[in-house]
Amino acid sequence: MSGMIGDSPPRVGGPERVRGTLEYVADIRFGDALHVKLVTLDVARARIDSIDTSRAESVDGVVSVFTPEDLPSPMPRFGPQFHDRPLLATGETKYHGEPVAAVVAETPEAAARAAALVSVGHLPLDGGVFTVEAALDPSSPLVQDPSIRGPGDPRAESNVLSEHRFEWGDMESARADHVVDQTYNFPMVTQFAIEPHAFVAVPDDGGGVEVWSSVQHPFLLQKVLSQILDLPLSRVRVHAPDPGGGFGGKQNPKHEALVAFIALHHGRPARLVLSLGETFQTVRRTSARIRARSGFLSDGTIVFQEFVSDFLIGAYVDIADRVTGKSNYLAAGPYRVPNVRIVARALLSHTTPSTAMRGFGAPQLSWAREANIDQAARELGLDPLQIRLTNLARHGEQFVPNETPADGQWEEVLRRTADLIDWGAPLPEGRGRGLAVGLKSGPTTGLSYATVRLLADGSSLIFAGTSDMGQGARTIFAQIVAEELGVTHDRITVVMGDTTRVPYDQQTSASRSSVLMGTAVYNACQDIRSRLAVLVAGKHGADPESVTVEKGTVTLPDGTTTPIPEAIGVTLGRLGGEIIGNGEMRVEGDPDHPLGGRAVFFELHCAACEVEIDTETGEIEVTRYVTVGDVGKALNPLQVAGQDEGAAIMGLGHTLMERMILDGSGRILNMGAVDYRILTHMDVPEVMISDSIENADGPGPYGIKGVSEGGLLATSPAVAAAVTSASGAVIRDLPITPERIWRALQSRL
Amino acid sequence: MTHIDVQVNGEDWGLDVEAGTYLLELLRDRMQLTGAKVCCLEGECGACTVVIDGKSVNSCLILAAETDGAKITTVEALSRSDGNLDGLQTAFLEKAAAQCGFCIPGQLMAAHALLETNHEPTKAEVREALAGNLCRCAGYEQIVEAVLAAAGLPGKGGES
Repeated sequence: MSGMIGDSPPRVGGPERVRGTLEYVADIRFGDALHVKLVTLDVARARIDSIDTSRAESVDGVVSVFTPEDLPSPMPRFGPQFHDRPLLATGETKYHGEPVAAVVAETPEAAARAAALVSVGHLPLDGGVFTVEAALDPSSPLVQDPSIRGPGDPRAESNVLSEHRFEWGDMESARADHVVDQTYNFPMVTQFAIEPHAFVAVPDDGGGVEVWSSVQHPFLLQKVLSQILDLPLSRVRVHAPDPGGGFGGKQNPKHEALVAFIALHHGRPARLVLSLGETFQTVRRTSARIRARSGFLSDGTIVFQEFVSDFLIGAYVDIADRVTGKSNYLAAGPYRVPNVRIVARALLSHTTPSTAMRGFGAPQLSWAREANIDQAARELGLDPLQIRLTNLARHGEQFVPNETPADGQWEEVLRRTADLIDWGAPLPEGRGRGLAVGLKSGPTTGLSYATVRLLADGSSLIFAGTSDMGQGARTIFAQIVAEELGVTHDRITVVMGDTTRVPYDQQTSASRSSVLMGTAVYNACQDIRSRLAVLVAGKHGADPESVTVEKGTVTLPDGTTTPIPEAIGVTLGRLGGEIIGNGEMRVEGDPDHPLGGRAVFFELHCAACEVEIDTETGEIEVTRYVTVGDVGKALNPLQVAGQDEGAAIMGLGHTLMERMILDGSGRILNMGAVDYRILTHMDVPEVMISDSIENADGPGPYGIKGVSEGGLLATSPAVAAAVTSASGAVIRDLPITPERIWRALQSRL
Repeated sequence: MTHIDVQVNGEDWGLDVEAGTYLLELLRDRMQLTGAKVCCLEGECGACTVVIDGKSVNSCLILAAETDGAKITTVEALSRSDGNLDGLQTAFLEKAAAQCGFCIPGQLMAAHALLETNHEPTKAEVREALAGNLCRCAGYEQIVEAVLAAAGLPGKGGES
């Protein structure tokens, strides 16, 4: 197989994955490594009075116990938006599982044994903020020390971190025939990558440090470490082996700096591998309470929409304020809504700090918006598909002021979905059908560099700073090089995951890599082709303009053609060598835009499903599921289906079963795989259909758009609509459990 | 310390193990077989699945001391003796069943144990046999397709 675009060649890195030889961070052996175990309290909010490490230090094999006193003062703080997260808690813990100390030992067993013996004198504090209601209550204690918020922040004396207001049209004079006004809840859920986060730091001989982390943004981690450790970027080498799943939870630095301090202090490698339970205390999705009020004409035309969104973001901001602002900006979705008002608050709370998670806030908004639209359709007697088509923005339409216009034939996505679910066909008793649409903004800024080296034998090396966490970025970049340079798939090596070897990339997020890094790789191929044209022309005494180097082929002025992989060796001559191509992709953003930049592309997705409800018990089974995305062009159709179905199944998780449960003191009660359920093989809908609309209308090479998140944007409202259609039960709080369905049915009797 | 004699991937080992050492630790830390992964450590995720005497088990739940006399197969021994991938591994690649890959050794071993005893499983039987193997990339459809393809059975691809 040539492995060019539009094919589905075997995944680059696939053989290592099926042989079990791919090394994730926790698999890499470091001689002489010290093992770190975090010390935490069994309560969310407590005042720390003392830390007695003496019993822990007496355990065989314990080397040291790090407390805040062993770290610089003032305590270093970091975060992608605000520098608010300390390496270890100082004075007060802010969430269940916040580390207060770290045991360092020769073995993991000794570290774990000693961690339980660190005696932390502490006083559990009442009034912990665990809900939206508590966060908005002025009498609640402040989660964050106001001094961190800085002078001049008018909200520093509240738990409202930020308030994003977006408004267009004229809400006051908008008149509707019918108004739907409801409040929806989206629970705390966690990324649950099967690979728990792992961090290793190794001092190098020159005073610098090497860090291994299962991180999505190695270059951001390099920058954070450089700042905290006061080292030049060039002395901080970040290794980012392919993560075992990220889903947003591995974007931003977590415990790497703490582990680096420990390694530098002892002059030895230090290693911290979280347990699955500890990952629940490290990352989660923002939970949300969203009030949506939509006004319609009797034909279903949306006249106005108003959203009051309260996103409970947790104890430290991480990237969650950006999640709140960015997702809410598109609260009104892909529709032509003339009058819109959005008030979105990011609320601090004594809970696991939330961060990016697949969909970046958009699933929360589509849950509210699409449910509002379905209720209107029911009450106005309209077809849920038709009401959406009536309002859907058409290609090129400016549906949100100053934003990128609608970038696809979105009505095709809805119609294809409806066809595949047999929309309108009669269903037996107890079955129902639902359909919903999701929209997410892609990246708004970006900077990616790529280097491609065409070697003397016509094989090729690609260097890119993307993290391949399962989305298959390596394969995509190899396909671009195969297409542009004619190098076959099996003769391409893709190098990633090492800040010393690969050029800078801003980040792996927002389904950006195929579009942004893909463009950089494409541009690097163009660079190689221009250089090759000059060399070939020189060899033949021809004008470089007269030599054409196009997709995989060199054409001389006399019309002779040679494949690039053959031409390169002859052209380079006796000394051999290589041609190095560099490519760049830069999206500067727009400082006047409310989000700092327009969407590079949108992910527009439609989901539809059939469910069967047992009205006696509330049991629900999703029997048939259809997911269709507007992908521009499926560079690798098998991988697109994998991303799409994978996202849909993750969406079915937060729709049907996932939620973190807290007790009255903010402790997470279901911290692990037994009590926090995600979908298994047995829970996948019997029929699962994924399809793509391809009009090559995206901004990336070959007209591609990003594809990795769309599949879960509209899952919840599609299922909820199907539940209502099957049973009459209306559910406005996720997850849609049998108990909630049963209770809703009982209340109708 | 307990002395055990085990055969791991065809190789005989005689060693002394602590009473509290789990098989997963033995494989990863003493035998450098890191194909079995660490995730939940409570038998719920299946990332540590290996095959013991023909049955797929969570190696995080089995004490090393209990494996005396057992024949253990891990993902590292799936490929053929000439080093080439076996049918199951090839099918996983062809169906793009491995995304991040972290759960894949476990999925493969659960599927391997199934196909050893059931040469023509139905889709439902595959799903049931792999029910204890979580995949958060949720390549479940592709994984089941791959297992059916390895067994020479038509999957979804055959219909469309």
